[in-house]
Amino acid sequence: MSKESTAILDDYKYGFYTDIEADSVPKGLSEEVIRIISAKKNEPEWMLEWRLQAYRWWLKQQPPRWAHLEYPPIDFQDICYYSAPKAGADSPEAQAELMATFERLGVPLHERDRMAGVAVDAVFDSVSVATTHREMLAEKGIIFCSISEAIIEHPELVKKYLGTVVPYTDNYYASLNSAVFTDGSFCYIPKGVRCPVDLSTYFRINALDTGQFERTLIVAEDEAYVSYLEGCTAPSRDRNQLHAAVVELIALDRAEIKYATVQNWYAGDKEGKGGIYNFVTKRGHCRGTHSKISWTQVEAGSAITWKYPSVIMEGDHSVGEFYSVAVTTNKMQADTGTKMIHVGNNTKSTIVSKGISAGQSINSYRGMVQVLPDAKNCRNYSNCDSMLIGGECSANTFPYIESENSSAIIEHEATTSRVSEDQIFYLKSRGLSEEDAISMVVNGFAREVFKQLPLEFSVEAVRLLEMKLEGSIG
Amino acid sequence: MSAAETYFEIKNLQAETEGIPILKGVDLTIRQGETHALMGPNGSGKSTLANVIMGHPAYDVTEGEIWFRGENLLELDPEERARLGVFLAFQYPVAIPGVSVAKFLKSAYDATHGDEKVKSAAFLKELRENIKYLEVDDSFINRYLNDGFSGGEKKRMEILQMLTLKPKFAVMDETDSGLDIDALKVVSKGVNKLTGPDFGLLVITHYERILRYIQPDHLHILIDGKIVHSGGPELVKRLEESGYDWVREEFGQEVLVS
Repeated sequence: MSKESTAILDDYKYGFYTDIEADSVPKGLSEEVIRIISAKKNEPEWMLEWRLQAYRWWLKQQPPRWAHLEYPPIDFQDICYYSAPKAGADSPEAQAELMATFERLGVPLHERDRMAGVAVDAVFDSVSVATTHREMLAEKGIIFCSISEAIIEHPELVKKYLGTVVPYTDNYYASLNSAVFTDGSFCYIPKGVRCPVDLSTYFRINALDTGQFERTLIVAEDEAYVSYLEGCTAPSRDRNQLHAAVVELIALDRAEIKYATVQNWYAGDKEGKGGIYNFVTKRGHCRGTHSKISWTQVEAGSAITWKYPSVIMEGDHSVGEFYSVAVTTNKMQADTGTKMIHVGNNTKSTIVSKGISAGQSINSYRGMVQVLPDAKNCRNYSNCDSMLIGGECSANTFPYIESENSSAIIEHEATTSRVSEDQIFYLKSRGLSEEDAISMVVNGFAREVFKQLPLEFSVEAVRLLEMKLEGSIG
Repeated sequence: MSAAETYFEIKNLQAETEGIPILKGVDLTIRQGETHALMGPNGSGKSTLANVIMGHPAYDVTEGEIWFRGENLLELDPEERARLGVFLAFQYPVAIPGVSVAKFLKSAYDATHGDEKVKSAAFLKELRENIKYLEVDDSFINRYLNDGFSGGEKKRMEILQMLTLKPKFAVMDETDSGLDIDALKVVSKGVNKLTGPDFGLLVITHYERILRYIQPDHLHILIDGKIVHSGGPELVKRLEESGYDWVREEFGQEVLVS
């Protein structure tokens, strides 16, 4: 048995590190490294070719600096792009160690303690280590596996959809991801099938100086339905680590995809040392008529979050939704929001964003609502609220509205409030402790978003918020 | 509590906020089962007194003591005071958006009645009865606490909380301000349901009319941070017979508004 380092920095309970021998490629990025990654995964030629095209495009780009974020330039040659537990799936010892790690994170992968109603794919550093409930899903024709496996087992589906929502030319980090992505999940729900369980992926960064570049692709055929949950943690370290994921969702006629994230990557310590740079591109494409894509996110971790889960509503009558709670404490920075792009007629989008800032953190909402010239009778409702805790944090709202069709109805509401001494005193005067009082105010503020989450996830999210904000008033 | 202990007692209380002295030596004793009224002009320190009794952090107590059933409240946090059975009906209750009245009240009840476990169903049943008693719409319990409530609704909400949490000692800070006569009657009805041998009440007011519905045993007049006049049943009787005009004459027009 290998031992586990139990050094948990501050109160981040997921900060432990699993001492497991890793198979890593040397630090640095080059065509050679990409060829090694592709070879390690036994990928077909077309996949390697796509990665290399992405890499060549990426080389010509500059990192985006428009976000309201402060951080030093990232040295992309100082990152390891592939790290996998050495023995892989074959060694029972390694498997036991990995299972134990996920168990400790509250994600049981063993047959006997699986969560009822949730099928889980677990990704450890660069590879997927387990996918549960597969047989039951297979009976319904649902494919739920790691993306690496899908590339080999279902190349026709991957080829058809990969990069069609987020092309590798989309942005700097998306192209980096396309070049070096190592694992992630693939879900395919065939026509007319309602996925009977929530599908879930749990991402874990373990190795030092390793970037995690997962790629997730979800396709819902006509009249299909799926609810997908994503959770993430990483060990506490005093060096920054990069996480640049890409998620693509595709909903065909009358299909519905619900995608929920509870993100709790290590956020760095109180002085802002260490933590994950979470630079993520998530986009859904309502390709069919009457289709619906809904993003719900609870962003509670990461030193820096740069993330705008978006929906392109191409099919007539399609619906895009974005529900977000972003919590920043200490010296965390978040620049997050959404883009709702109305292409089809009678498309409808809803944005509900709740930013909570404490400590010396900076929390910005950045969102765009775009209505194209030929899109008739589109509607958008946006509500962006910010809550400040203490006097040293800041909140910003950057809403962009580009409506090119006069039939569109667009509503935008925004408020900024402060958790006041009077609110806390009021609740304390009714017997609630300070912690309970703060948590009641904050959970009330975020309620509209939490109620979008599946029950277990919403309970988890409430607890996460309480933990994050402990001791942040007074 | 031993027989020698007074139910509620304030001794030489002095308090300030942002360095400005507000209370300049308040003495007040309330025995179990009594209702006291405290009147005074704007700025005399009435609300400060209410907030200091509950422990609002914006006020600094520079001198004095507040005792309730053998405990010095000044040594306790507001939530500990609440758990002893002290209640403040706020003059300006704040809104807590996203938190339903039912959820809030259940949390508050559990926090103040830690040892007894009440099932949600039983709790809701009693809550509904209280709501009916206060002539409030049933939909109240699913609304967010004080969020978008009218002034009158907020005041009823305070009394609903008081009825539900069953405190042993309550301070009502100008609950009557801004209420029309019908609302005032309903609020008084709620308060009178609680008054009795196991309860102590301090009604702070700027208007005499509430004293027609909630009858005090004692009456105090606060001016410039000090109680300048107190009277027992005999004073109350005199007020009943000859009205409040003499208060205005003696202590100034602004002490009481009719």
